[in-house]
Amino acid sequence: MVQRLDQLRETPSQTAGPYIHIGATPNHAGIAGVYRQDFGKTMVGRAAKGERIAVVGHVFDGLGEPLKDALIEIWQADAAGLYNSPQERRGKADPNFAGFGRQPTDDETGEYRFETIKPGQVPFVDGTLMAPHITFWIVARGINVGLHTRMYFSDEAAANAKCPVLARLEQRARAKSLIAQRSDKGGKVVYRFDIRLQGEDETVFFDI
Amino acid sequence: MEESGSFYQRDRAWHPPPLTPQYKTSLLRSPRMPLLSLENTISEMTGPLFGHGLIGELDNDLLRNYAKTSEPIGPRINLYGRVLDENGRGVPNTLVEIWQANAGGRYRHKKEGYTAPLDPNFGGCGRTITDAEGRYWFRTVRPGPYPWPNRVNDWRPAHVHFSLFGSAFAQRLVTQMYFEGDPMIWQCPIATGVPDRVALEQLVAALDRNNSTHMDSLAYKFDIVLRGRRSTPFENRKEGN
Repeated sequence: MVQRLDQLRETPSQTAGPYIHIGATPNHAGIAGVYRQDFGKTMVGRAAKGERIAVVGHVFDGLGEPLKDALIEIWQADAAGLYNSPQERRGKADPNFAGFGRQPTDDETGEYRFETIKPGQVPFVDGTLMAPHITFWIVARGINVGLHTRMYFSDEAAANAKCPVLARLEQRARAKSLIAQRSDKGGKVVYRFDIRLQGEDETVFFDI
Repeated sequence: MEESGSFYQRDRAWHPPPLTPQYKTSLLRSPRMPLLSLENTISEMTGPLFGHGLIGELDNDLLRNYAKTSEPIGPRINLYGRVLDENGRGVPNTLVEIWQANAGGRYRHKKEGYTAPLDPNFGGCGRTITDAEGRYWFRTVRPGPYPWPNRVNDWRPAHVHFSLFGSAFAQRLVTQMYFEGDPMIWQCPIATGVPDRVALEQLVAALDRNNSTHMDSLAYKFDIVLRGRRSTPFENRKEGN
């Protein structure tokens, strides 16, 4: 016999099911008046620093149908590359930028949309800089464990080429699944980031 | 030793696999490619702040937070427990969100197709922030089982959905809590997607007669374990922590 490790096991995940919006975004789900505001609805305060952007897209299943019952959360650094988190030890993040956002996919079209800012660069574990990115977490009916991925920016080609995380991809062609395409329409910057759960262009998901 | 290092790797064999064929929706929604393994960076080791203004007074009281004319119908329960990490430490100041069907098994949702009626006094959502020891509690009704479109005669065991943040995005978790003694847990295609029986038992709340409220509510205890953190002396990091 050897000594026993005095550790617990993580609680197993279960699917978020079709009704996660009751719990996560009840005002959106038509359950008004219980919470003052759905958590994660507004990310950017008026005085927040940084370039205003919108991030839009769909989550597609294995037959290319958009999910209309998914919930997407994003987590990102501020314009200076700092996280608005008690765990951030490198400095104080912009108090007018939450860094966290939560949105449903639309129950008619399946489109999601975040109004946020473009994040700055943050360091990898070895101290080199990662390319600017937004962390995504996707849950829905039929997804047994929440999916983590990252969104990178099409206008950051030089930083993307040097990013130590993108460099991990054995099949480099798959990196394009992580890069959102920028468009400027009437002064509004929009990045399109579609997530594909299966198929030839399956999004790279992370085990973090 | 301060635990501010990276998180213990998630044991994916302890969780349901992405594809569980008896749960039909998972067929087209489960990634087929291997996950890209990534040691935690600061992007995963940080997580959102839960401001003091977030939580309203009745947010954790589902008996009253949607009540219009009276309190909802159904067996009343105190639902409580702790949010812990794999090192057994309480996770303080973290958001816990729940959602559930009413006592008849009906969700307040426009896509719900079950004939059981809505309860005009029950919304079905609640949230709270854990205290300094990681404790949380809710008051609610015990939800009913309900049929769902999978195989023709599939019914979900009574359950409450939980959403947990922890202190960092790497700990993000959604799960479901079942009730002690329910035979339908072991017949459910979603619950039994958890491959190990001991792991599935981790999702079953214990009836706790010691914490019932006199002439009011039974109690169920449900502890939740999130990923644990390494101690910094074992880390070799240059990113500025």
